[in-house]
Order: sequence, then C-alpha cells, then structure tokens
Amino acid sequence: MDKINSIKMERVSFKSGGEDILKNINVEFEAGYIHTLIGPSGAGKSTLIKLINRLIDPTEGRVLINGIDINNFDVINLRRKIGMVFQQAHLFDGTVSDNIKYGPLLMGEKNIDVKYYLNIVGLEESFQNKNVSNLSGGEQQRISIARTLANRPEVILLDEPTSALDPTSTQLIEELILQLKNKLNLTFIWITHNMEQAKRVGDFTYLVVGGELVDCGRTGELFENPRKEITRLFIDGKLTGGKSK
Amino acid sequence: MNAISLTLASSLVLISIFISYYQNLSIEREIVVGTIRAVIQLTIVGYILHYIFAANNFFFTLTMVTVMIIVAGNNAAKRGRGIPGVFYYITVSIAVGTAITLAILILFGTVHFRPQEVIPVAGMIIGNSMISSGLTVSRLKDEMKNRTLEIQTALALGASARQAVQKILKISLKTGMMPTIDGMKTLGIVQLPGMMTGLILGGVDPINAVKYQIMVTFMLASTVAISCFCVTFLTYKEFFTPYHQLKAGVK
Ligand SMILES: Nc1ncnc2c1ncn2[C@@H]1O[C@H](COP(=O)(O)OP(=O)(O)OP(=O)(O)O)[C@@H](O)[C@H]1O
Ligand SMILES: [Mg+2]
Repeated sequence: MDKINSIKMERVSFKSGGEDILKNINVEFEAGYIHTLIGPSGAGKSTLIKLINRLIDPTEGRVLINGIDINNFDVINLRRKIGMVFQQAHLFDGTVSDNIKYGPLLMGEKNIDVKYYLNIVGLEESFQNKNVSNLSGGEQQRISIARTLANRPEVILLDEPTSALDPTSTQLIEELILQLKNKLNLTFIWITHNMEQAKRVGDFTYLVVGGELVDCGRTGELFENPRKEITRLFIDGKLTGGKSK
Repeated sequence: MNAISLTLASSLVLISIFISYYQNLSIEREIVVGTIRAVIQLTIVGYILHYIFAANNFFFTLTMVTVMIIVAGNNAAKRGRGIPGVFYYITVSIAVGTAITLAILILFGTVHFRPQEVIPVAGMIIGNSMISSGLTVSRLKDEMKNRTLEIQTALALGASARQAVQKILKISLKTGMMPTIDGMKTLGIVQLPGMMTGLILGGVDPINAVKYQIMVTFMLASTVAISCFCVTFLTYKEFFTPYHQLKAGVK
C-alpha cells in the first residue's frame, strides 16, 4: 500500500435494519490535515469513520484511497495504516507496555521501543510497567493513542477522544494531536461534540445531520461565516432532530 | 423391585405437588406433565433398548447413538439461540467428542461394541457433552455481546477476528469444562455417580465399580474438552464477516 494521499467516499450509503444511517455521502479527506466531524448525536458520524478502516462496509457506494477502492487492500494492513481511537479507551488487561506492544506483536515485531511511544504522548517511562487498572481516564486515553501510534499509522480516526475527559486532560490530548500532525505529518479525522475544540484543532470541518453530509469547508470559514442556514442553526445550538428519519 | 413398591414410590411426586400448591408456586401442572412425560419416555426407551439389546445389530446401535446426539444437540442449541447454525455446530461438536472417546475406548478394548455397553457409555458421554457445550456457547454469546468495545479495539489495531476473541474463546472453553473438572474433585464423596451406583446396586464389588468409574471420569474429561473446543472454534466465526468485521445482526 502506497502512502495515503487522499481518502474519498463516493455515493456512500449505509443501511442497517431497514434504516438509512448514512445517505449518499460524497467527501474527500486530504492527507496532512486535521478534519473535524461535527453533528448532532445519532447523526451517523461514528458510522461514517468506521467505513474508513472497514470496521463496517457501505451498503452502497465506495470508499477510495488514492483513487483505489479500499476493498482491494488487505483489511488488516489497512487498519494498521489507518488507526482508530475510541471515546472510551479500552486497555487490554496487563501492563502499559503490553498494550503498546499489542499491535506490533500481532505482526511478529518484538523490538518495540515502548519508552519512545510513552514519550510521544507525554508520559513518564516509569509507566511502562504499571498495571492498566490503576490509571486515570486521561492517562488511559494517552496510552490508547500511544498503542495506536505503535502500529505506525498514517491516518488516525478519533471518535470523540476527549469527551470523557476533564479540561486539563482534554487540552493535553489536543496539544498532543497537533504535535503529531506537525512532527509526524499524520492525518486525523476527528469527531467532536465540542464546537470550540473543532475550531481550535480543525483545518477542515464537516457537518453531518440525519445521515447526510450537509456542509463542509475550511474550519474558520464554516464557523465564522456559515453559508448554510442549517450550519448556522447547529453552531448556535438551535438544531433539533438530528437523527436520521 | 416389584410393581407395588414402584407405585408406592410414585406417591413421592404427590409431596412436590402438595408443596407447590401450599406455597402457591403454581407449578403443579408442570410437575404432573413432567412426571407423565418421564414415565412415558422411560417406558418407550425401555422397550426400544430391550429390542436393540436383543437384536445386537451394529446399525441399530449406531442409529440409537446418532439419535441421542441429535436430541442432545437440539437441547444444547437452545443456549445459543440467535447464533446462525448453532444447532449444527453443537451437534457436530458433541458427535466429534463422542466419536473420538468411544473409538479410543473400543480400540483399547475397555468397552466392547455391544449395545449393552456402547449405549449406556455413549449416554453418559453425550449427556455431559451436551451440558458443557451448551454452557460454552451461552458464555460465548454473552461475552461477545458484552465485549464489543474490546473486540472493536483489537480489530482496529489490526487483530484478526480470531486474535480479537482469543480471550473470549478461552473463557468460554473454561466455562464449559469447569463443571466436569469440579465434578472430578468431589467424585465419590459428594456424589456417587450413576454408573458406579448402578454397578454396586447390581451386586458388583465396589472396588471393581470404582475401576469403571475411573475410566468413565477420564473419558468424560476428554469428551468435554473435545466438544467444547470444537464448539467454540466453530461458533465464533458466525460473529464475524470474512473481512474481520463484527456482524451487527448476531446478538
Ligand atoms: N450497527 C447498527 N445497527 C443499527 N443501527 C445502528 C448501528 N450503529 C449505529 N446505529 C444507529 O445509527 C445512527 C447513527 O449512529 P452513530 O453512532 O454513527 O451516530 P453518531 O453521530 O456517532 O452519534 P453520537 O454523537 O451520539 O456518537 C444511530 O441512530 C444509531 O442508533
Ligand atoms: Mg458516535
């Protein structure tokens, strides 16, 4: 698999149990940026990003990487190149080090510099031997990011990574992601419920409502100067009934 | 045991009906139905076995064992309701466990291929296999449901379906095997197993009865291990697509 330059969705729909969860999504995410996804609860944001690492497949349409249908890539390989961090960090039983080694060990890589990854996410080296059951929420989330980084991905999908965290931990994670983008030239597709966060971190922002991509643009423009009524309503917190009909 | 003493013993059922009535459990009907079913089933089976034993025919014996396996598979499959093909997987697992254990016993001459020996031994094997594989799928189903985030996390890190459920498979396997292992620990103290009791009642020297029981215990442990192993590895695949994706529909 070549270096990822773009991730594109073409007329993507996702149905489940007779319900349209995503409808005719056309979008392109360019590499090297932070793309923030916003929208009401139940709009289909999580569903949309799961299509990118093939945790699910679309019922219609295609997802393309550098113009190639992602079904052409080996799914395991794809998921290593496109990592994912969930809202609720799930750490596997064992030590911090066991967790960071998890992905590489699956591929038989044994020499993993755990300290390096701890360092990237701003945790002391002494963490490596700690048991995961004694960690704060913020620490757990940083370790789950370190664990994803250990697979050396090019793109990371973030599903509300800070919404379960306090403001200090949230700020730490935001700074961390911005650093990763700049230093490692990673691409992020980041779901957030926090408008201020989207403004702070996003290069581009996408608004999903009722399973449809209703607006997108440069983050500054979208927030300061929304062209669409629905976007203005959502930003002002006046949009109701976001769930797909 | 003559007919009169059997009839008198049956009056014991009345006690359970009385307790149900007195305590308002409203299970009198079920007790009556259960009792009648037990009597009818046992009588029919008695006659069938009588015939099969007398016929001493390879094919009849095999058919009987097959029927036992299918009934057991059907019963255990209820524990895994909702998993596509669960009846098939459980039945195959019970059959494999039973076939391997029976084959070893017959090969080593411990059991002879006579209906009088094969059918009771197969009955014990299949019964245990049924309970343990039922426990295994039921645990597997629960764990798959409760650990969705854990599985998705592993998949997102590049784990195959098999790698993502490694721990769940272990837990399910253990759940199915544990009762048999626990039973081994208290065997003969808390319970005198059916076969041993039967032999002793039949006038066999307890020392000899113990020898049989030891054989049975070993064979049950092996069968249960084989059946549970088969059923976990056959069934977990139903929860995934070929692309290492969790299926949404299986609950
Ligand atoms: N596998 C599934 N089967 C059926 N319905 C589903 C499935 N996954 C999600 N849904 C439904 O699809 C809709 C979109 O869900 P999704 O999780 O993508 O929304 P979201 O925008 O991420 O919401 P939130 O902000 O609350 O996380 C919801 O109505 C949800 O109930
Ligand atoms: Mg979501």
